[in-house]
Amino acid sequence: MSETPSVRDFGLSWLDASGKFADIVLSTRVRLARNLQGHAFGPRARLNDRTAVLEQVRGVRSRVDVLEGSEIQELRELDMRPRRILLERRLASRDLVGKNGSPPAPGTAVVLAPDQPISIMVNEEDHLRLQTLLSGLRLREAWNLLDSLDDELGRELPYAYHHEFGFLTSCPTNVGTGLRASVLMHLPALVLTKEIGKVLQGLSQVGLTFRGLDGEGSEVVGNFFQLSNQTTLGKSEEDLVDHLDRIVRQVIQYETNARQVLLRDAASVTEDKIWRAYGLLRYARMLTFDELMNLLSGVRLGASLKLILGLCVYSLNKIMNFSQPAHLEEAAGRDLSPAESDAHRAALVRRILSDEGVVTPDEGSSDENGSRAASR
Amino acid sequence: MSCQNCESEGAVIHLTQIVDDQMKTLHLCERCAAEKGLETSALPENFPLTDFLAKMGPEDRVPAEHAPTPPCSFCGLEFSHFKELGRLGCPHCWSTFEVQLRGLVRRIHGGSQHLGKVYLSPDPSVSEREKQLETLRRKLHRAVELEEFERAAELRDEIHATEPVV
Repeated sequence: MSETPSVRDFGLSWLDASGKFADIVLSTRVRLARNLQGHAFGPRARLNDRTAVLEQVRGVRSRVDVLEGSEIQELRELDMRPRRILLERRLASRDLVGKNGSPPAPGTAVVLAPDQPISIMVNEEDHLRLQTLLSGLRLREAWNLLDSLDDELGRELPYAYHHEFGFLTSCPTNVGTGLRASVLMHLPALVLTKEIGKVLQGLSQVGLTFRGLDGEGSEVVGNFFQLSNQTTLGKSEEDLVDHLDRIVRQVIQYETNARQVLLRDAASVTEDKIWRAYGLLRYARMLTFDELMNLLSGVRLGASLKLILGLCVYSLNKIMNFSQPAHLEEAAGRDLSPAESDAHRAALVRRILSDEGVVTPDEGSSDENGSRAASR
Repeated sequence: MSCQNCESEGAVIHLTQIVDDQMKTLHLCERCAAEKGLETSALPENFPLTDFLAKMGPEDRVPAEHAPTPPCSFCGLEFSHFKELGRLGCPHCWSTFEVQLRGLVRRIHGGSQHLGKVYLSPDPSVSEREKQLETLRRKLHRAVELEEFERAAELRDEIHATEPVV
């Protein structure tokens, strides 16, 4: 079975860089964990629990505005590649697509809303994980989208709720609001100026946590950090997202200051790093994903600082998404060996960058101002 | 090594428990282990929460010999199994292990009173009362925070009067 058309474009709207601070904040994601009364949670759910949950969700779609005309992708009915594409687009979790090549559990599914960047993971650790993914820093907007879907769904499906503990979840770390808001940030200047440690340390003191690009337990690659709320209970949803929003804005300010420091104290070294990264991306014939992410970080910084002109953030986001292994295979229409994958990745990057009208500064204009002047 | 319980079968299960800060290891045969309610199948990989649970203070531990909490009547999960998995079995587990979970939740989140969205069950007769109760509970929470104990006592009585008789 193959991917249906809606998956092809689904989960990609964040790439357009239309949100606030989109050069530093790649995307905003909010998810709500919900469970239904009368059924065991994911890890202990039996086949009939899983089937019943999926059928209840299937049945109420026509009565919930946002989900009218939505599509249900049952993971078991999808081939490996479309499943991995859902994972790479952050529409499905690693648990949902099946760990280490094992088939997905019965009843696992992703519901994709037709008109809005909203999806629901069904039969993950919790029965329902409502989520949305938007470009830039848009926490309140993301929360409002989910809030109304949650209101409607909750009127149709009997949620498991406790007067003291709030919305009940499989794991006590998610109980209460069930809300996890996360913001994917690019913080190269804080890393280069070695200020990042202080910033990350500060996060835990204000109830936030960070992780790498790939979610829980992943390493930080390419200076991309995901900041999210640590606790989910004892504050209203609005307070949780507003608090994260405030801290993210502060981190943006720190990053912006660090960029100014780099330009002031190490202009030529910074500019050299950025253009070397661009040169490698523009001409390399093989690129691993990690190498690409690290080079892309330099180029993204260059575009954001207007040292590289004519390169839009949308293209850089496209490279990030479409250079992932399953996306490369989808474009090639076949499976790729790791070496082939690296070659296809490099070709994709060259193609996207050559379509951009990047102006290379004149040779000999070595100082920062000279190169800026020359590039316009 | 033979089983410490029946002393006839060979011990194949070696259970290390920490009770009141004392580490004890039990060597049991499969049958005796099953009789003691130990799950012997392979467990899924450990979750980070497991470490957290292992570090739980004595007040959260179930003193197994004295007052064993019965397993969840809906899904059969034992509290000890939850401590290994870090995941609850079903919504009903939250009521079954309410006392232990309250301590844990306080430690994770700094409190145990949900202050977010109020959920009203789709059943309208239940939801009217729930709405009223929820408002009262929040007022009570606020009163306790402000140390207005007389007001808190009034609210507590009002909650009792409103709650459905079980």
